[in-house]
Amino acid sequence: MSRVFRFGDGISTDAIMPGRYNLTTDPAALAQACFIENRPDFHETVRAGDVIVAGSNFGCGSSREHAPLSIKACGVSAVVARSFARIFYRNAVNLGLPVIRCADLYDAVEDGDQVEVDVEHGTITAHGRSFQGEPPSAVARRISEAGSLVELIRNHGWAAIEEVV
Amino acid sequence: MGTLVEEILSRRVGRSVRAGDTVVAEVDAVMAHDVTGPLAIDAFRSLEMPIWNASRTVFSFDHVFPSNSVAASELHRRIREFAAEYGIRNLFAEGICHLVMVERGFVRPGGVVVGADSHSTTYGALGCFSTGMGSTDIGVTMATGRSWFRVPETLRIEVTGELARGVQAKDLALHVIRRLGAEGANYLAVEWGGPTVSAMGLSERLTLSNLSVDFGAKCGLCEVDARTWEYLHLPDGGDQRPGDPVYAEVLHIDVDDLEPQVSAPPAIENVRPLSELAGTRLDEVFIGSCANGRIEDMAVVAGMLDGHQVSPTTRTIIIPGTRTAYVQALERGYIDTFVRAGAVVMAAGCGPCLGRQHGTLGPGERALSTSMRNYPGRMGSPDAEIYLANPAVAAASAIAGVIADPREEH
Repeated sequence: MSRVFRFGDGISTDAIMPGRYNLTTDPAALAQACFIENRPDFHETVRAGDVIVAGSNFGCGSSREHAPLSIKACGVSAVVARSFARIFYRNAVNLGLPVIRCADLYDAVEDGDQVEVDVEHGTITAHGRSFQGEPPSAVARRISEAGSLVELIRNHGWAAIEEVV
Repeated sequence: MGTLVEEILSRRVGRSVRAGDTVVAEVDAVMAHDVTGPLAIDAFRSLEMPIWNASRTVFSFDHVFPSNSVAASELHRRIREFAAEYGIRNLFAEGICHLVMVERGFVRPGGVVVGADSHSTTYGALGCFSTGMGSTDIGVTMATGRSWFRVPETLRIEVTGELARGVQAKDLALHVIRRLGAEGANYLAVEWGGPTVSAMGLSERLTLSNLSVDFGAKCGLCEVDARTWEYLHLPDGGDQRPGDPVYAEVLHIDVDDLEPQVSAPPAIENVRPLSELAGTRLDEVFIGSCANGRIEDMAVVAGMLDGHQVSPTTRTIIIPGTRTAYVQALERGYIDTFVRAGAVVMAAGCGPCLGRQHGTLGPGERALSTSMRNYPGRMGSPDAEIYLANPAVAAASAIAGVIADPREEH
């Protein structure tokens, strides 16, 4: 089971990782600054396997990859949102941070609830109910299966993507 | 044939592609800056591949330049060492990456450019498909010269009417964001067209394409015409227009009655007519950024500040976006005007836009900025307020110390 950290709509990359804190590329240091102003106790209270559940347009704004990297470095096992900003979603997939678009989960859970997330099938179980996330694109699935974009390209080159489009 | 993005990507991959298709395409250039560059370098090194093309790989020192901390200097050092190792000479410390990319000739009509910064959409004004990505994607492109794209559906914004004095492209973009919301164009290409856009100079079109990402767009394209080639100092290579396009949506906007728009905190889609917010006290005015840091913007501001003093209770920071714009502003006497008016003029770069360098806002402070983001914490304290507006509104507000209407100034 995973504990839910629930966030609202329009959570920007500035809220996840303010620009003043991303002068490092060290994941452990980035984890310390994850939601540092939006939810200052986040990095201390989150535990490996916990999940973020959010409203619409999660990760909007800057393209800075420090944001999904900091969430991943905190041990978050998945981010489930009504919708994601395009660049954040792609960055998360590239890094191997599971992201699931799911329209209905947001209104069904509260902060601190326990849920079960099946990342492979994109399903979430909460309060005995099952919620189905949208399936990822063929390219996103291929990257996720490889673990990260770097792993996929290093081992298979662009052919790995060209053969699924 | 098709929408602008379909035409550009079809030519690039050598076959007809349509919205919904996914392509792996070669790029003309790949860019990262001093904050996103080091992570891109990390991704590149993890690939254990040679560099694709050093002469088409660009690094810009702009987000924290000159460095104001040990940590920022360390990022700069890592980029310099990487550039030296791979023979990359395009290491620019002369202003904001998106303006430098245009000035330095990396952007061409019909081209494809990717950058590790969300406002890489800016080059769409020149008919170039360009989009912002994270550092991992950019590191992969540095190694391979390619990236993958889902060809987006297109939202056409057809603009008619004449912008009134004191009303600029920024106001049109903010008006669109008010109507569509901050994710109104998520995953879409935006095409800015119609007689009003055709009549605009390139500086204004660049503002439109820049702000396209702030309502979610993957790219913000304008048609190519004689003005485009002239702006790039290139021989006229002909027009580039959509051919029998199928649009996901067409938005018609008439700007005849548009008044200056102001985006109020806490998010960009909270856009109001200027008249509703006039009189709001300001602690800071920032004029610059990749949205409004060009010489044309400086000209507007110099015209307003000439012979006036900025409010002593409002710190006013003006930053020409590039060294070229700075030199032009010097030659035309704008810098003299700014300094005599009591504004602080700073080195070309991103400045206070992202709260990392100068003019950082304290709790309870309120700023009006010509940049494009007003999320809580963007320019400093999460308890500060950020209003976004055009350069004329910013100049009038700097003089008044409150949000003010530039149409009443002269």
